[in-house]
Amino acid sequence: MPTHHYSRNDAYAKVTGRAQFADDLYIDNQCYADIIHAAYPSATIQSIDTSAALAMDNVLAVITADDVIGALQVGNLVNDHYIFAKENVYYIGDAIAMVIATTKLDARIAKEKVVITYTEKSAITTPHDAITTTAPAIHPHLKPDNTVAAYRIRHGDQNPIAIAHTELIEETFCTNYVEHAYMEPESCIAAPEGDGSITVYGGMQHPFSTRRIVANALNLPLAKVRIKQTTLGGGFGGRDDTISIICARAAIAASIVNRPVKLTYTREQSILESYKRHPFSMTYAASMDESGQIQGLSVDLLADAGPYTAVSPFVIWRPTVQCTGPYHIPNVHCNSKAMYTNNPFTGAFRGFGTPQQIFANESFMDICAEKTGLNPYEFRKKHFFTQDSITHTGQQLNNHQVSIHEVTKKTLSTIDWEHKFKSCSRGKPDKNGDFHGIGFSCSYRGVSLGAEGNDFCSAILHIQQDGSILLESGVSENGQGLQSTMIHICATELGIAHSDITFLPTDTSSVPDGGPTVASRGTIMGGNAVINACQQIKQIMHPVLCEQLGNNADNFFYKNGQISHPINKNTIPFSDAVQLCYSKCTYLHTLGTFHAPSVNWDTTNGQGNAYFTYVYACHACNVIVSKDTGKIQVTNAVATHDLGKIINPQMAIGQVFGGMVMGLGFAIKENLIVDQGYIKTLNFNTYRIPSSMDMPEMTAHFIESDDAAGPWGAKSLGEPTNELMGAAIANAVYYATGIRFTSLPMDRHTVKDALAQR
Amino acid sequence: MTTIKLHINHTSYAINCNSSKTLLDILRDELRLTGTKRGCDIGACGTCTVLIDGKPKRACKISAAKLTELAEQHAHILTIEGLMDGKNLHPIQQAFIDCGAIQCGFCTPGMILSTKALLDKNPSPSTAQIKQALAGNLCRCTGYQQIIDAVHAAAKHMQPDS
Repeated sequence: MPTHHYSRNDAYAKVTGRAQFADDLYIDNQCYADIIHAAYPSATIQSIDTSAALAMDNVLAVITADDVIGALQVGNLVNDHYIFAKENVYYIGDAIAMVIATTKLDARIAKEKVVITYTEKSAITTPHDAITTTAPAIHPHLKPDNTVAAYRIRHGDQNPIAIAHTELIEETFCTNYVEHAYMEPESCIAAPEGDGSITVYGGMQHPFSTRRIVANALNLPLAKVRIKQTTLGGGFGGRDDTISIICARAAIAASIVNRPVKLTYTREQSILESYKRHPFSMTYAASMDESGQIQGLSVDLLADAGPYTAVSPFVIWRPTVQCTGPYHIPNVHCNSKAMYTNNPFTGAFRGFGTPQQIFANESFMDICAEKTGLNPYEFRKKHFFTQDSITHTGQQLNNHQVSIHEVTKKTLSTIDWEHKFKSCSRGKPDKNGDFHGIGFSCSYRGVSLGAEGNDFCSAILHIQQDGSILLESGVSENGQGLQSTMIHICATELGIAHSDITFLPTDTSSVPDGGPTVASRGTIMGGNAVINACQQIKQIMHPVLCEQLGNNADNFFYKNGQISHPINKNTIPFSDAVQLCYSKCTYLHTLGTFHAPSVNWDTTNGQGNAYFTYVYACHACNVIVSKDTGKIQVTNAVATHDLGKIINPQMAIGQVFGGMVMGLGFAIKENLIVDQGYIKTLNFNTYRIPSSMDMPEMTAHFIESDDAAGPWGAKSLGEPTNELMGAAIANAVYYATGIRFTSLPMDRHTVKDALAQR
Repeated sequence: MTTIKLHINHTSYAINCNSSKTLLDILRDELRLTGTKRGCDIGACGTCTVLIDGKPKRACKISAAKLTELAEQHAHILTIEGLMDGKNLHPIQQAFIDCGAIQCGFCTPGMILSTKALLDKNPSPSTAQIKQALAGNLCRCTGYQQIIDAVHAAAKHMQPDS
């Protein structure tokens, strides 16, 4: 299949400043909303006095929980998330009230005039506290023991770590919150329409979940709520629950003041209210036989969910299902739990629980390797999945190419691991006071949603009378280039130019819900739906083509803007064939669909075919650690991914580089400080994400395989690129300094202190 | 409220300016030149980068008082909307497209203008110089590599003998 370079459909708009993000839209007569957030992470609201704000000129309304006519509590899985706080404050990002004014400035001033009194309560600020029997329940009626969700896996022996022939190896790892830090802060405009419906313009990853939440909040049927997606300034999993609730607030305001209402967050508001990557506490314990083979593994995962369920159950399910890493281990126990606390709430973030789990898992593999005396590559090779291996959920890996050996070999040979591993500093700095090290990590990952839920997608192909095409999809662009991918698939299937296709941004009143753009499912689900839509178009055109070009053809060839007969070679331009169809009163309008292959799951013992296929990857990097400053500089990084099939090489490489640098930030730089429920790092001057100065030299390799499930064999890439750097860097730092860091981030202060304490 | 005259993208604008407004407020809310983005409002992300007499500046940090000064000095402000030459993309814009330097696009206008400031001063920068010049422009999508490739490509294209 063609994998040549082509430009993105949105590139011109984005380099000229014409791309319209939500805050770039202005609707006549629009007014501005601003949110008043909570003063405490846990409190009871005593009173809200809005009179002084309402007395101001240009202030149209002050809205609180009492003004919500529909559902006050919403959510992706459980309706426990308050659009406005009612009686209680559950975390520091809860919204108490919303001011509507004719100017942004007036809204900001009026906010200060709303007087809210609270009775502060003691906050639960760790999941370990939340789990104790004496902890007060955050939502007593919903979950008296504060457990949001819990999963277990039982595979093989009843007590896998008691079958040790050697001493038990055990280690606990921790990770911190991570902020998505999409460059565009949340924004939307809600506009009431003349027919009683409401339109909301905004950037989100799943406009249909936004629609459901807006409709619930306004008590409107879904057909009366229209979400039109604007250009989205980065997603990474972070554009779902929070932006949906923000859209619901704007819609509530618009329906009350009967004018368009814009609600754009400052960066501080964005970091204050939006969900984060879950902090995980993870204990790995292994028993090995004399040959250095892990016979039993026990894994405990504990996650901080904050006060709302959001998608926490799914975020802990995936790392539970993948807790062994790409290794065959015969006896496995895993217990995972997410707990309610009064900390910032947590949810989807590129990787979905796996950047944390892989950090632990792959650091642990190196720890185990050292105990056996084998090097980390030799040790992993003894355990790698091979074709037809059976995972710890009982799934046989027999429907796709199991490529963990190949991706690892490719990465390690590219970075010259064998040679460099021998020359690591191992605690002895060079004459400049620098430690040198190399490390790597390996992963496998289930593609798309798996047994989380229904997994299907739609695409609409509408060919116009002149042969030009309008294409829509039920999955939405996040900025990664999904529209361009689907345009390329459509153009190739129909043998036409990319420029003949116009992609319409997601409009929930136009295309059926294709599920969220999450779980690295955009290409596989959306691409397959586009192929299906093209196949249906070909079926519709078939009788017309037979009449025109000759019978006895099973399939016509679509190439270079022409359609040709496979045997007699008669040819007609695509656009002429389209006109011919219209002249015969034949519409060329199809709804393509794709249903993911079936999966199954038994919750009792955590067994089943969790995902319909898997991808494999290996990242490696070199580091230099400064003895004086504690700064870790990642100098060079190599990634190899089996992604099924490359659709666009340039965009694929962009995913890898972006994922690696984001992973580097998680590992050594980003430190969201949450102190007793208060967030201390609310903007980019204190929450530091990687800049151009932090990036290593990077190399991306791909291994392709023909996966029957994917469009042309393509699978997943977005998240697999972002889950490996934590352990790769931690392992490199270990061989450099001799210090095993079991917590992230390994920021310079932490490293400096650890070096000093040696 | 005072009226000042600002030269933006080779056009003269009479602007009503009150003391609370920044250049970013004026560009976005009054002139609707929304290619200049608001990412942090404290000068830490670079998405609001504009060129003032060729130098990269954060529009969110240019106060009304500073604007009055700039108006008096007849300073020229270039935003992303003023970069094209008629209907032709600037070579930097083309290089960003060709090198795959764009993902979500929110940092792109600021990145392109910081690149222009660099290349106007240093027509063939090293990778280290490019990283330094773009250090104040954050990007969360690309990992910067393809942006740096684009700067090299643009530099090559903009050489007089190319």
